[in-house]
Amino acid sequence: MPTSFELTPEMMRAIIMDHYSSPRHKHDAEGEGYVSLHSSSVNCIDDIEVYLKLNKEGKVEDACWNGVACAISTASSDIICDLLVGKTEDEAKYLIEQYNHMLHEEPYDAEPLEEALAFKNTSRQAARIHCATIGWDAFNELIKGHKHE
Amino acid sequence: MDLSKFRKDFPMLRDGITMQGKPLVWLDNASTTFKPDCVIEAIERYYKHETSNSHRGDYDLAYATDMEILKTREAVAKFIGSKKEEVVFTSGATNSLNLVAFGYGAKYLKSEDEILLTEAEHASNVLPWFKVAEMTGAKIKYIPLTKEGRLLPENLEKVITDHTKIVAVAHITNVLGYQADIKALSAIAHKHGAVLVCDGAQSVPHIKIDVKDLDCDFLAFSGHKLCGPTGIGVLYGKYDLLVKTDPFMTGGGMNARFDMCGDVGFLEPPMRFEAGTLNLAGIYGLHAAIDYLMGIGMDNIEAHERELKAYAVAKLKDYPNVKLYNADSEAGILTFNIDNIFAQDAATYFNSKGIAVRSGQHCAKILTSFLGTLATVRASFYFYTTKEDIDCLVDAIAHSEDYLDAYFI
Ligand SMILES: Cc1ncc(COP(=O)(O)O)c(C=O)c1O
Repeated sequence: MPTSFELTPEMMRAIIMDHYSSPRHKHDAEGEGYVSLHSSSVNCIDDIEVYLKLNKEGKVEDACWNGVACAISTASSDIICDLLVGKTEDEAKYLIEQYNHMLHEEPYDAEPLEEALAFKNTSRQAARIHCATIGWDAFNELIKGHKHE
Repeated sequence: MDLSKFRKDFPMLRDGITMQGKPLVWLDNASTTFKPDCVIEAIERYYKHETSNSHRGDYDLAYATDMEILKTREAVAKFIGSKKEEVVFTSGATNSLNLVAFGYGAKYLKSEDEILLTEAEHASNVLPWFKVAEMTGAKIKYIPLTKEGRLLPENLEKVITDHTKIVAVAHITNVLGYQADIKALSAIAHKHGAVLVCDGAQSVPHIKIDVKDLDCDFLAFSGHKLCGPTGIGVLYGKYDLLVKTDPFMTGGGMNARFDMCGDVGFLEPPMRFEAGTLNLAGIYGLHAAIDYLMGIGMDNIEAHERELKAYAVAKLKDYPNVKLYNADSEAGILTFNIDNIFAQDAATYFNSKGIAVRSGQHCAKILTSFLGTLATVRASFYFYTTKEDIDCLVDAIAHSEDYLDAYFI
C-alpha cells in the first residue's frame, strides 16, 4: 500500500488547488459518441454531469464533466478524467475500486491513483467524502453500463 | 443583561464537547438549538416516572399526563398571547404549515384564487402551497422583495387582489434574517379578505410574540429551535378559523364518535388536529423550554442577539474578502461568503476549527437566484452565544486562505 514517495500536505493542496482553479476537463461533451450521467448530492450543492467516450478498442478516448461543484468535487472529478483517458474498462474499474478503498481507509493499491492520492485524508472530513466520490461514482456507473451493452 | 451565565445549564455547552478535536463553537442555531437540563429532565420525568397515554383518564397516571398536556397548552398560549384552545400540537413547523395548507387551503381555495408567498420562504412554507395549488388550480404569486431581500407591506399592497385568499410569509426569514411587519401585512391581507399564515419558525424562539397584536390568522413554529425537543411543534390558529379547518390526519383521539357506516363526528379544535398518540415526552420538554425562555425574558434574548449581530458585523468590516449579505437584518444571522471559497468548502474549513455553521441553499432554494449566488455560509446565534464564539468565527475567517488544509492536516 505505501507509495514509493509520500505526498506532503503541501503537495496535496497544490494538486487540488490546481485542478480546482483550472480544471482541464470541465466542459460539456463536444461531438458524437459520448454517454453521460447526471449526478447530484443531497448533502452538498454539487450537481454535475459526466461524459465518457470509448474508442473501438474499448479504451477511454475522452472523459469530461460539467456543473456546479465545490473544491473537492471539482478537483476529484477533474483528476479522474485525467486518469481515465487511455484506460481499458477493466483498468478503469480497478482504478475506481482502489480510490474508494483509499477514501474509506481500507487497504488499497496506490499505484494507479497518481494525483488522486491527494484525497488520501479526505476521510478526516467524513461529511465530505461524497464530494470526493461524486464524479468517480458517476463514471463507475457509466463504465459498468458499458460492460453490459 | 449578561446571558452567558445560562451556558452552564446546557450539557452541550459545559461538558467539553469537541468537534475535530477543538472545543465546539455552535453557530447553527437557526437549524436547531441545544437543550438545557430542565428540558432534558422533563423528558426524562415522563419516561422514568410519569409514563402513560393521554385522553384516557381511567387512572391517576393518565390523568397526570392529561394535566401536563393542558398545562403545556396554557404555557404556549401565554408565551404567544393566544387562548389555550388555539394551540394545536404538531410535530413541528413543517407539520403545522402542512396542516394549514391541506386542512384549510385545500378545502377553501378555488381555481380563480391566488396564494401569495415570497422568494425568501423556507421550503416548508412553499412546497405545501405548491401542492395545494396543484390540487385546487389556485395560482401561486410572489410578493416582490426589496433588493436586500426585505418584505415591505407596501409591496404586498401592490400585488394583492381580491382573488388573494392566502398570504403565507415568514416572520423572520431563515437565510437572511429579515423581520417582516406581520401586523401591517395582516391588516392588508384582511382588507382583501385573505388570511395571513405566519411562519414563525425563526421568530418565536427569538422575539416576544403576541398573536393578538400581530393579528395573524395562523402561526407555525417548532419546539427544537427554542431549546425544546425535536418532534414537537405548534400551530396557532384563530379559533373560528380552526373550527373551519379540516383535520389533516384522522384516527384515534380526534373523533368524538363514529360508526362503521362512516358517520364521524370530529372533536372541536385543538384536539381535532391531534390524531393518534402525541409526542408526550416532547410536550413535557416543550413546557420546560417555554418556562425556561420566559424566565430569561424574550426581550433580553432579542437584545442580546442584536448586540451580537452588531458586534459581528463591525468585526467583519475588517475583512474585505468577506461578502456579507445581510448586515442590516434584525435577526442574529450572518449570511456570507468568503471570496473564492465555495460555501461548502468554507463550512468544512470551519468544521476543522470546531465551528458549526451551515452552508448551502438553506432550504430556501428560490433565494439563490435572488442573491445571485448559488450558496452561502450561515452563522446563527442564540441567547447562549457569546462574543468569544464570534471571535472564533472571525479568527477562522482571518486564516481562511489555508481552507483546504481541512482535508490534509
Ligand atoms: C423559516 C422556517 N420555516 C420552517 C422551518 C421548518 O422547521 P422544522 O424543520 O422544524 O419543521 C424552518 C427550519 O429550518 C425555518 O427556518
